[in-house]
Amino acid sequence: MGTYTLSIDGDLRTVECDDDTPLLYVLRDELGLDNPKFGCGLAQCGACSVLLGQMPVRSCSIPISAITDQITTIKGIGTPNNPHPIQQAFIDEQAMFCGYCMNGWVIEAVSFLAQNNNPSEDQIRRRFANLKCRCGSHSAIIKAIIRASEMI
Amino acid sequence: MMQINLNRRKLLKTSGALTVWFSLPDAIKAQESHSYRGPSPAQLDSFIRIDSQNQVEIFFGKMDMGQGVNIAIAQMVADELDAPLENINVIMGDTLLTVNQGGGSGSTGIELGSKPIVQAAAEARRFIINHAARRFGLLPQQILLRDGMAVSALDVNQSLSYGELLLNGYFDIKLNWNGVYGNGLDVSSLAIPKTSDQYSVVGSSFQRPEIANIVYGNFKFITEVKIPGMWHARIVRPPHAGAEIIEIDIDSISDIANTELIRQGNFLAVIAPKEWHAIKALNALQVNWTEPRDLFPEQDELYEYIQNAIVARRSSGGAREPDVEPDESGFNNAIQYATNVITASYEFPYQSHASMGPACAVCDVRDDNIILYTATQKPHYAAQGVARLLGYDEDQVRAIWVAGPGSYGRNDSGDCALDAALISKLSGRPIRLQGMRHDGTQWDPKAPASVHQATAGFNLNGEVIAFKFLSKGFSAGDIESNESNPQHSYAGMQTGLAIDHTPRFLNPSDRYDFPNEVRYWETILPPLDRASPLRTSHLRDPLGPQIHFASECFIDEMAYAVSQDPIAFRLRYLNEERDRGVLISVSERYAWQPRVAASQIQQNSNLVSGRGVAYTRRNNTVVAVICEVDINLTSGRIYPRKFVIASDQGLIINPLWLRRTIEGNILHGISRSLLEEVSFSSQHVTSNDWLSYRTINIDLCPEEIDIILLNNVDLPPYGAGEPSIRAVTPAIANAVFDAIGVRLRRAPFTPERVLDALAQT
Repeated sequence: MGTYTLSIDGDLRTVECDDDTPLLYVLRDELGLDNPKFGCGLAQCGACSVLLGQMPVRSCSIPISAITDQITTIKGIGTPNNPHPIQQAFIDEQAMFCGYCMNGWVIEAVSFLAQNNNPSEDQIRRRFANLKCRCGSHSAIIKAIIRASEMI
Repeated sequence: MMQINLNRRKLLKTSGALTVWFSLPDAIKAQESHSYRGPSPAQLDSFIRIDSQNQVEIFFGKMDMGQGVNIAIAQMVADELDAPLENINVIMGDTLLTVNQGGGSGSTGIELGSKPIVQAAAEARRFIINHAARRFGLLPQQILLRDGMAVSALDVNQSLSYGELLLNGYFDIKLNWNGVYGNGLDVSSLAIPKTSDQYSVVGSSFQRPEIANIVYGNFKFITEVKIPGMWHARIVRPPHAGAEIIEIDIDSISDIANTELIRQGNFLAVIAPKEWHAIKALNALQVNWTEPRDLFPEQDELYEYIQNAIVARRSSGGAREPDVEPDESGFNNAIQYATNVITASYEFPYQSHASMGPACAVCDVRDDNIILYTATQKPHYAAQGVARLLGYDEDQVRAIWVAGPGSYGRNDSGDCALDAALISKLSGRPIRLQGMRHDGTQWDPKAPASVHQATAGFNLNGEVIAFKFLSKGFSAGDIESNESNPQHSYAGMQTGLAIDHTPRFLNPSDRYDFPNEVRYWETILPPLDRASPLRTSHLRDPLGPQIHFASECFIDEMAYAVSQDPIAFRLRYLNEERDRGVLISVSERYAWQPRVAASQIQQNSNLVSGRGVAYTRRNNTVVAVICEVDINLTSGRIYPRKFVIASDQGLIINPLWLRRTIEGNILHGISRSLLEEVSFSSQHVTSNDWLSYRTINIDLCPEEIDIILLNNVDLPPYGAGEPSIRAVTPAIANAVFDAIGVRLRRAPFTPERVLDALAQT
């Protein structure tokens, strides 16, 4: 058991929990920040992603005791009044069905576009091949990421 | 806590409506049980409510699984009522607020689900016109409805909103209900709904309102439901199929704070106030289970096993109809005169739902009633299942549907609802149960594996004179498609309820007109009827991909057997205009080059390409697909580069979401054609995560999906949630044949199978 202070979307939050608690459960269960989703608990799908600094990480597989950088969730990326281009593009393309996996795609895309604001379709196909979407919105997702890159 | 507040608000808003229902004679008995009895289908107020602010609430007894059914329903109501689309809110799947229209089921959300809603809206329109006429001292034909306002045709300044016209917010009008619950629920009344030429909102594209909330992190899925006092639960599954508990070492979790064990029979769960502690307890718990037994066939002997298995049911008729003994006499007689006979068999594996997130449910079982939050497609049936499992009256259970990870049939959500209820009952606590990855991939009900054998005979002119198609496989109803019967649930199986197996299969649903044809199917019993991770049930387009992989590949084989082009051959045996129409549309759009043998187009020394076609029908929707594949000769990898699809689903409501829905079918279909196969040993299912159960990733997404929407405005709207997926596997397989000149008759078309096929050339 330990006490941890985290910077999340610009706010400082303090929690007391087991040292081995994965970040996902700290965010969801202790802090009520429930946009990172449980998909596999195995770092295979991406639904639980958050940004650690600028780096997308799978929060299901990182214990709280290993967190040293600030955390950004989908809430910290943009708002309806001030959307991130990737949020606007996913809306414009209506690029999802159930939407349960979307947290991961949005987080991953924010990081990707920060490094490459003019990606080719082929680069998107390679970079995002480790994210799952079970409803088959992949073709709309590719269009949305390209659309977002054009807005940046 | 957001969720509970929302639902309290909904309840308050509708408590007035309940008063109205109770005041009517046919609903008096609902009052006696003081309970969660849902609305009566015989009341207009059960479907539509308009408040004083002119906001329209539609109570829809089906669910949207992410394909925009709710926005389509809102569009239809906007037209029928002449109300602004933005004022219409569609409420789905709360058993207290909506009638049982069957839930998400069989691509019927619009085709059947809209029927009572549209009729109710038409009746509401009629009422509003008559009411306004009386208020204004005019004749009904002198009233115009515009944007939610009733306006005098004689004086446009004389107008009242619908909300103002409805004094207390209720219509209090009876509808003639057909007495049916489920997909077939319908109502009639004096009002005559509009015809499609009077629509203006229907036929246009509108976005789904949920999507913005999702990308801004403001959407609450089932996994976000919290209720006061809630503990977290995890199911402890047997380590191999059919295992039973011998002994539990309770001390193995004694150092994890506040954890408790819940057990009835072989149903075992751990609960804890904190979710992470429940997971730690799940991982730490030591249970002595019975020894593994060889209960399943070895995976590489699966199709032999099916071929040799005793037939449980045989019929040439529909799955839910009485058995029809196949009459093979015409075929047997004619085939003797054939100058050319071909025969082939095809094999399709078990497949998993492997939903994006494992199922979640939240349940509070109290002495006199039960609240269940569930993402199942069929909350009304889940409420029935929970009531029967726990010995409550159906009216004592309120199931509230909350959107969850994409669901395409009877997946783990159905089990989860009953599991959560049982754990809540046994623990005396409100329970949130969520699966781990293996719960959703290893233990979900599976799509049945099957084999299909087809034979065709031709005369000297290359005309078909006899045709036979036989399917044999596990039942699509080993576990029923809804969870109303706890015998069809994990909790039921593990607590010792009697097994209730429903044998069910289908024939191909094409409209080829062959002489002397016979089509029939046979089901076999599951290899293990209890605690089985290989139980079979409904997965998107139940049985469709299996059967039509075989039937539409065999049609191709038939065409080539008599040196005819596959599209021309199909058209030769199709008479109905809509079936011909989709094939002609794709053929023209793709600029199909007729061929009478595999093209084997060599792109370079390592890459060949091919094009394949498939046509299918599902209920009233017809689809044709042309697929273009590239095959890497070294790796054996298939890349489905391009799809052209023509789809005729009658009247189109929302073209944007129809397109998206078809795209989703194509992607899901590629995944099931190229990758998906449940792996198992003789003792257990061994695919349990995203590495061992492979599904499509973005790298396999086609470069182009060109969708031709045929808008058949003279027909009602039909379903699109599933029909196109059944054409994908055969279109790919036929394209692979065109590329390499060898048939792949076992799905999925893995690189190893492609390389094996290439070795034959």
